[in-house]
Amino acid sequence: MTTVLEVKDLKAYYGQTQALHGVSFELLEGGITTLLGANGAGKTTTLRAICNMVRTEGDVVFQGRSIRGQATESIVRLGFAHVPEGRGTFTTLTVDENLRIAAYTRSDKAAVKRDLDMVFEYFPRLRERIQQQAGTLSGGEQQMLAISRALMLGPRVMLLDEPSFGLAPLIVQEIFRIMRRINTEAKCSMLLVEQNAALALDLADHAYVLETGRVVMSGPSDVVKNDENIRKSYLGY
Amino acid sequence: MATTETAAAADAVARQAATAEPPARAAAVKPWVWAVVAVAFVLPLLKFVIPGVISDYRLFVISTMMIAAIAVLGLNLLTGFNGQISLGHGAFYAVGAYTAAVMLDKISWMPDYYFLTIPAAAVMCFVVGYLFGLPALRLEGHYLALATFALALAVPQLLKYKWLEGLTGGVQGVVLLKPSPPFGLPLSEDQWLYYYILVIMVALYFIAFNILRGRNGRAMMAIRDHQMAADTMGIDTAQYKTVTFGISAAYTGIAGALSASAIAYVAPDSFGFFLSISLLIGLVVGGVASLAGSIIGGVFTVLVQNSAQALSKFVKNDLGLPFDLSAYAVYGILLLILMYVMPLGIAGGIVMAWRRLRG
Repeated sequence: MTTVLEVKDLKAYYGQTQALHGVSFELLEGGITTLLGANGAGKTTTLRAICNMVRTEGDVVFQGRSIRGQATESIVRLGFAHVPEGRGTFTTLTVDENLRIAAYTRSDKAAVKRDLDMVFEYFPRLRERIQQQAGTLSGGEQQMLAISRALMLGPRVMLLDEPSFGLAPLIVQEIFRIMRRINTEAKCSMLLVEQNAALALDLADHAYVLETGRVVMSGPSDVVKNDENIRKSYLGY
Repeated sequence: MATTETAAAADAVARQAATAEPPARAAAVKPWVWAVVAVAFVLPLLKFVIPGVISDYRLFVISTMMIAAIAVLGLNLLTGFNGQISLGHGAFYAVGAYTAAVMLDKISWMPDYYFLTIPAAAVMCFVVGYLFGLPALRLEGHYLALATFALALAVPQLLKYKWLEGLTGGVQGVVLLKPSPPFGLPLSEDQWLYYYILVIMVALYFIAFNILRGRNGRAMMAIRDHQMAADTMGIDTAQYKTVTFGISAAYTGIAGALSASAIAYVAPDSFGFFLSISLLIGLVVGGVASLAGSIIGGVFTVLVQNSAQALSKFVKNDLGLPFDLSAYAVYGILLLILMYVMPLGIAGGIVMAWRRLRG
């Protein structure tokens, strides 16, 4: 398998405060890599740094080309879909309008239509709510909408920021099951940030553990999952 | 049997949902909008049927309402639909008014082609608004409110500046002529002005409607709802915000240019901070993020300013209350009541009432 995304010695700053101190990792084509770690470890910042939403140093290489320093909207057009922390629902717009916005950058109407059908096949509940104001959806439905919106971009890489956040366990399971399907069927590589390590390790093939802006541990998910030391020291379960 | 019935109904709904194309919201202009436009067009013609039913003065007041409505519409594009607050739209109104006034005053043939001041003011204010929108990108919420507030304070002073006095007439302002009806139409100046402003308002309304219902409108509203998420949808949010600032300023500038023609006079002190605030009041009272609400808001600002005075006299003389209410106090009380009764603005209140009536 080839590497689709390579992050090299990435540093990120919020004003004067440095949040990432040289993070490096890779994401394989068609793979799922997860970034684990406690609050404030720099997981969300890493995703934001890839999309150039914060000030960065280091390098981000996508399909062999550096994309660091490009505007967020250009990076998105290259094939990145960022599902932001807290879902980023356009609350006053309808479900339909939320999905149409995702097709903003695309001109191929037939492909958009096909993707819309695909999204509704994954999340039939959204079809039932198509004309509903998105802010009135439940938390789980808004997360489904956020993932659907990302899918409508026709991405090569999905950056998912805590899709399990604040959701009931049953809903989380459903969403993770569908993420697995999206990964294989839509041939979309995923970079998954999660607090729920057990869940993330089940889905991902590779894991990196972050602590205060540095990678402290990495390896195939199975290895990380079964290493009791890592589990106790960093993942807390 | 009830269960099978509901199951069948649910199945039917599901099938319908599965086959139905998602309908685009607000695909067409609502019929009542056309009705209002039609009524507005025949209003001055009533005098041929019943003389004296609508005086020139009344028409003039309605004209000023429509001018205010255009200005509020502009502010709504920025604040209501794009989420950028402005306490300084009076400044763009002033720039539009002075652009028109200076053209009419300094170019000898311009008074015959007074309608050219409209595109000129629009372009001028678009540029000014766009340029102001660039630094405004770095400001949000309270900070943007303060920056635009500064603009509202600065522009009237700038108009008095002595190096500009040759153009702007300084504190004295510029006295103009009202446009006269073309082609020898049997209309008075005020009637002609009414039609002139009405046509422009309707045109601007439909332009705004068309901007908002398409992908550009969705992008504007997405930025308002969640800018970071809008970024991740591939929307060039900086570009949208500055262009929206420009378009919004152009709308309000057109209103200013129309007011210069309608009142036939411009002076720096008519564009003070109170103008900016009354536009904001019109926006909130009419309905934030509502096109029809902008029109209502425009009507409201003029109506209340005119009637607060009368109402305060009425309270003192006719009700015989033992205290004085100033016109501003009446204005304030009216605002408080309105915000309490209709927190979503008049347009929102009407929609809520309509829904309740229909059950």
